[in-house]
Formats: sequence, structure tokens, C-alpha cells
Amino acid sequence: MSEHNQTNPPADGPLWGLLAEVSTPTELVSAAAKVRAAGYTQWDCYSPFPVHGIDRAMGTKPTILPVLVFMGGITGTGLAILMQWWMNAVDWPWIVSGKPYFSLPANIPIAFELTILLASLTAFFGMWALNKLPQVWHPLFRSDRFAKVTNNGFFLAIQADDDKFDREATEALLKEAGATAIEAVHLDADPKKKKMPRQIPAFIAITAVAALVPFACIAKARTSKSSEPHYHIIPDMDFQPKAQAQQASALLPDGRVDQMPVEGTVARGELKADDHFYRGIVDGAWATTFPEQVPPSKESIERGHQRFNIYCSPCHGLSGYGNGMVAQRAEKIGSPNWTVPSNLHQEYIIRQPHGQIFNTISNGIRNMPSYGAQIPEADRWAIVMYVRALQRSQHATVADVPPTLRQTLR
Amino acid sequence: MDTAIDKDETPQKSTAAAVFQRVTETVSGVVERRTWPKAWYIAFAISCCLVVLLGISLWHLFFTGIGIWGTNNTEGWGWAIVNFVFWVGIGHAGTLISAILFLMRQTWRTSINRSAEAMTIFAVMCAGIFPLIHVGRPWVVYWMFPLPYDMDIWPQFRSPLMWDVFAVSTYFTVSLLFWYMGMVPDLGTFRDRAKSKIKAVVFGVLSFGWRGSAKQWHRYERAYLLLAALATPLVLSVHSVVSFDFAVSQQPGWHTPIFPPYFVAGAIYSGFGMVLTLLVPARYLFGLGDIIKKSHIEAMCKVLLLTGSLVAFSYMTEFFIAWYSGNPYEGFTFFNRVFGPFQWAWGIMAFCNVVVPHFFWFKKCRTNPWIIMGLVLLVNVGMWFERFIIIVSSLTREFVPATWDYFVPTFWDAATFLGTIGMFLFLFLLFLRYLPMIAMSEVKAATPEAHADHHGTH
Repeated sequence: MSEHNQTNPPADGPLWGLLAEVSTPTELVSAAAKVRAAGYTQWDCYSPFPVHGIDRAMGTKPTILPVLVFMGGITGTGLAILMQWWMNAVDWPWIVSGKPYFSLPANIPIAFELTILLASLTAFFGMWALNKLPQVWHPLFRSDRFAKVTNNGFFLAIQADDDKFDREATEALLKEAGATAIEAVHLDADPKKKKMPRQIPAFIAITAVAALVPFACIAKARTSKSSEPHYHIIPDMDFQPKAQAQQASALLPDGRVDQMPVEGTVARGELKADDHFYRGIVDGAWATTFPEQVPPSKESIERGHQRFNIYCSPCHGLSGYGNGMVAQRAEKIGSPNWTVPSNLHQEYIIRQPHGQIFNTISNGIRNMPSYGAQIPEADRWAIVMYVRALQRSQHATVADVPPTLRQTLR
Repeated sequence: MDTAIDKDETPQKSTAAAVFQRVTETVSGVVERRTWPKAWYIAFAISCCLVVLLGISLWHLFFTGIGIWGTNNTEGWGWAIVNFVFWVGIGHAGTLISAILFLMRQTWRTSINRSAEAMTIFAVMCAGIFPLIHVGRPWVVYWMFPLPYDMDIWPQFRSPLMWDVFAVSTYFTVSLLFWYMGMVPDLGTFRDRAKSKIKAVVFGVLSFGWRGSAKQWHRYERAYLLLAALATPLVLSVHSVVSFDFAVSQQPGWHTPIFPPYFVAGAIYSGFGMVLTLLVPARYLFGLGDIIKKSHIEAMCKVLLLTGSLVAFSYMTEFFIAWYSGNPYEGFTFFNRVFGPFQWAWGIMAFCNVVVPHFFWFKKCRTNPWIIMGLVLLVNVGMWFERFIIIVSSLTREFVPATWDYFVPTFWDAATFLGTIGMFLFLFLLFLRYLPMIAMSEVKAATPEAHADHHGTH
């Protein structure tokens, strides 16, 4: 019965068990029933395909796998609903065609797919885990005869660590159960070969650590600041093949991207013939009145107030004393090239005509840049009007307060 | 019940062990043979050239943009989405054979399920390329997944295009798991038959150290049944979700509730067409005639007849609803399909999908391999044109005549599509060459010798 041992060159260790071969699936079932009846517990059958009726003969308990798969599926459903709710309704509420942020019907397809996905992953990996596979170092692989198990061999093996195991009695039982050959299977004498080859845990450990690297990079990126621009693998959006202002052009006759209007034409809205409104000049001098497009009114002053706070107050300050946030910070850090913004309540500014202040906003002065590009003309006039109101408010006398309100002062 | 190995066809009354041995020899013999049929080498050389063509097309696309295709403002989907739907559809037959026929206890499936599942996986790989490259900037395609990337926003889960991402990736994953799990015992056979040490180690690792223990088979069978039960609704859902890409939009010709079942029927029709396209030649080249039997080929032809009729019925329903709804846009779309500028494509589609399957009423057409090959190639062509008609004819004639256009594909459209056909063949030929193309353990389990009660004992 150990005639095959000489084909296993490594030395035999302790006895693992007895391997018996039978010739047909039917005999395997009947042999299994006999071994079970004899009261053995540490034994198993081996066959090239699942043999019908063997589970009943062996008394195999139904696997817990379906329960695990069900739980996997439920987890998938729950995760999918939770993910879609949190991502689309809480963390980043997506506004799409007035649809509700969270609507179950629209979330069903993904919930369904993730249910199937997690249930299937549980079925696949759960089955291998319950079967304690992969295991490429089982003692049965030391038997040459056992190679037939994936072809046409049917085997039954009783382990030596079974309480009822007795070399002679067990062998007799197997013979009686119809074994055509019986073979003793030994563990490897080399204790290292009994266990998992050392490379496998090393490989798993290295893979697990390597798998953490991307997550570590993400964690670092999300918790630290960088002045570098985003890394673009393909920088197609950074370098677009398009003409930009002030560039040279190989296509146009004068070699410039920026083209002058066709001679003798004016683009729509570009005529700007009204000197008073567009430039603040009346008869060659700064205008002292407001243009008819922006009549002095409460609405105009409120508009000017709002625009002033947006465009002017960062430097000139909310009340026009030249102490806006930008100015304060420049002073605090001692910026060397900083020109202090003007205090709008200085005598010479109060005396400037409306048209000159309009011109300053439009074209800038000293270090102040031009705001003509950002602020439309009507809004610039509204700002002038508000500056006038500010100036008056800082130099007001009791006479400026309407008689009906004078009693409320003090 | 028709079983994979019919005892009457074996030359001598043989023992159970000899029957199982013969299955092992026949299937392993395909991989172990010294010389391969010349046809394999020719097909492999062609497929390699096409894979190179695919590489060049993708390279050109990535560095130039999708302007190299025939797509334009009117027709934004073009061949890319036609090919996507075509390939996803092909995959469905594999899952149907492996999961639904398994649940229905159709044991004849054991002779073809492995290669049909492989076909599924390779077809879904080809399909996955198209939406990926169609987005224009495929290197940021990860935006479609719920990942915490630098823009700090999440995908829009109410969009059918997002459902598609989840459906197709789940489908690929589950198909791969199902295919691999089914292959593990057979990889164990390859391990035990390996002549060289390297082969033994490779197949030993790939087979997870499978040793065919009854307790392991018990859990294995249960897991296989569960996966089949999970894959069945999955396969029906995948093409339904693909059809939502169309049906959930407002486009005339797309916005119809018949789309999910219509797409699923078409997918199975095209998939069985492709299974036959691959297996009829493979069966002859590798001498698998007594495992993939004539009756199996006939059964598949009958499935084509059934699903082809379902597809034709769907066409009729679409036309009926276009008239019955009284919606002038819907009505025009269908009038335009038959009489418009893509009349020629509609004609090809109608012939291949409505007329061709009815040849399978005749036994001669179900048994003569040359006739079968001719007909199934037409089925493949017809199903490609079905998607072409749905996408292109609808988009090029929308509500506003000012946006109407014609669609002309470019060289690169064709090169990319041919390239994926090459990739599909390339992978399938490698599969035939190196992996067990027939599920040996399942074929053995389906033989009369495998059943304990066959001998009247149990």
C-alpha cells in the first residue's frame, strides 16, 4: 500500500491519513455511507465532479454561504442608497432639471447593481474562504495516485488524527467498503513544507502595503496645502490651440491676433458719441452736472452705494477715508511699493467737478488702475453720486438735516 | 434529457473511468496538441494585425480628439455608441447560457458554456472601450466613479449614463468571477496533467490548489447556483439599463417603454449569433464533435429563431405605436427610417433580423455548418445595423429640421471597430490555445455514468 512512496523523493514525516480509491461514483457514495456509519469524523471524499447523493451519504451539513450572500446583497442595497443620498443630496446637492435631490426611483438601478455585485463577491470569495482555499500545500498532493482526482479517480481519505483512527482497523474498513487501492499519505518530514510557503505571506504583505500607497497619497493631498497647480497627465486644457489676445498670428495679414474694426464702421454699442455720459466732459471742461441717463435719485445713490462697497471700499474704505482692508494690510506688512489710497474727504477732491471723479474711476490715476472695463458708465456715475453723498455726510452741519428730523438729533 | 456525452455514440461500451478519461483527453488534447490547425495561425495573425490597428487608432484619437470620427453636432454618438451596444449585446448570450440555462437544468449547455462565458468577457471588454474613448478625454474617465477626486464633487446618480457605468462594470465583474470559478476544477486537471514544472506551478496557483473534496464541492455547487441566480437578473438588467440611455431621453425613436425587453431580446439574438460564429468552426478544427454535438448546434439555431422572432415583433410594435400614439415626431422618425436617407441601412437590418432567422425553420439550415455560418454572419451584421439605425437615423432627423444632417463615418471609425473585432478574436484564440474551452467537470457530471442512480443502487 505504500508502494508509491518511492516516487515521493522528500522524506516522509508523520502519517497524515489513509487514502482509498474506488472505481465509480456509486461506490464512492456507498463507501462514504459505511465510513460515516463506522463513526469517523475527520474524513472526506474526493472526486472529479460533484457526486450526486454524496452529501447525504456523508452527512454534510448545508453551508452557511447563502446566508452570507444574502447579507452581502443587503449590504450592497443599503450602501448604494446611502451613497446616492449622501453624495447627491447632502455633500454635493446636484440641481438637475428641478428634480428632487433624493428620489428613490432614480436610485433603484444602481442599488440593484450594487446588490448583485456585493452578493456575487460574497458568493465567490466566501466560497473560497469557507473551503480554506487557496491551499497549494495539502499533504494529499504528495500522492501521485491522487492526481487522478481531477480526471477520473474517486477517493476517500480518513485522517490519522481522527479519534477512531487505527491503522489496521481503518484499512480493513476501507477494503470492506470497496477500495481498489489503499495508500498511506504522510506529511512532509520538512516542517516548513507542511505549512504555507513563506513567499506567500510575504507577497500578501507587500501587496497590502503597496495597495495603501494610493490612499496615503490621497490622504496627504486632502490634508495639506500646495502652491503647485494640479498635476495634469495630459495637459490639453492648459495648452489649447487657440488664439489669445496680443499674440502673433500666422494666419492674418498684419500678423496680429487682435484685429482693428473694418474702416468706417462702428461696432454695435461702441459709438459713445455722448461726451457727457461716456467721458464726463461738457463743452471741453469737466462736467459739473450728472448726465440725463443717471438723474440724481434715491435709487441712483443706493446703486452707487452698493457698487462703491464692491469696487472702491477695499482700498478707500467703506466711508472713503482711504483705510480699506487692502490699505490696512499693506500698511501692516510694510509693503514697500504701496501708494496710500486717497482720502476722499480731502479738500481738493471735494472741489473736483463730477466729471473729473468720473474720469478717475474710468481711467485710473497714479497707482489706482482703470475701472472702466469692470464698471459700466451708468454705475460709474452712480458711484460719483454716492461719493458726493459721502463727502457731504462727513462735512454736514445741522442745516443739512431736514427741519422735520432736527428734533430727533442729540 | 439530452446529455453532453451520449453513451450510444461511444465506440465501445466503456467503464465510467474510461468515459471520464475520454472527456479529459478530448478537452485537454485541444490545449496539449503539438501542432495547431493552420486556420488558427492565420486567424491569430490577422487578429494581431487588427489589434495593432486598434492601438494606432486609439493613439491617434487620444492625441487628436474625437474630431477624427464622423461624429458631428447633430450626430454626437456615432459609431462609438453603436459599437458599444453591439458588443454588450454579444456578451448576453454567454451569461444566458451559463446562468439561465443552468437554472433551467439544460445539461446540453455544459458543452458550450465555458467558451460562451469567455466570449461574454471579451465582448464586454471590447464594449467597455467605446464609452471610455467616446467621452473625449479618457484620462479623466475616473470622474464617472464615486471617487474623492480633486474637484470634490460626486457623480450625478439620476442619470442613465451613470446607471450604465455601474451596470456594465458589475456585469463584467460578475461574469469574470462566474467564468473563473467554473474554470478552477478544470485548471486543477491541467495542473495534474502538466508535463513541465512551470506549467504545474502556474496551473497549481491558478487552480487555488483545488483537490475536489466533497465538502468543497458542496460549497462550490452552492456558490455556483447562487452566482447563476444572481447573474440571471443581472443579465436582464444590463441591456435594460443600456436601453435606458435611450429610453429615458426625449428623442423620438428612443423614448419608448418597449426598449428594455426589445434590447434584451436583440442582445440574446446577437449573442447566440456570435456563439455560433465562434463555435461552429472551433468544433470542426479541434474535433470536438462528440462533445459539442449537432443537437447542441441545432438548439442554438432554435434560440436564434425564437429571439429573432421576438426582435421582429418588437419592430412591429414600434411601428404600430409610432402610428397609434398620434405623435407626429415619432411617426416621422419611423417613416424616415424606411424612406429616409438611411433606407439602405434599414433594409439590411430588416432582412438580417426579420427574414434570416426564419431559415432556421428548416432542419437542413440547422445542421449544415456552411449554411449556419452564412446565416449567423448575417445575424451579426443585422444586429450591428439595428443599433446603427436606432442611433444614427434618430439623431440625424430630430425635431428641428435646421439641425438635420447626414452621417458619414471616417477611416478611423472603421479602424477602431475593426480593431475591437481583432481584439475580441485575439483574446478568444488565446483562450482556445491556453485554457480549458469546455467545462470538463460539468460535462463529466452530466454523463449517465456520473449518476449514482444510473446503476440502480441509490
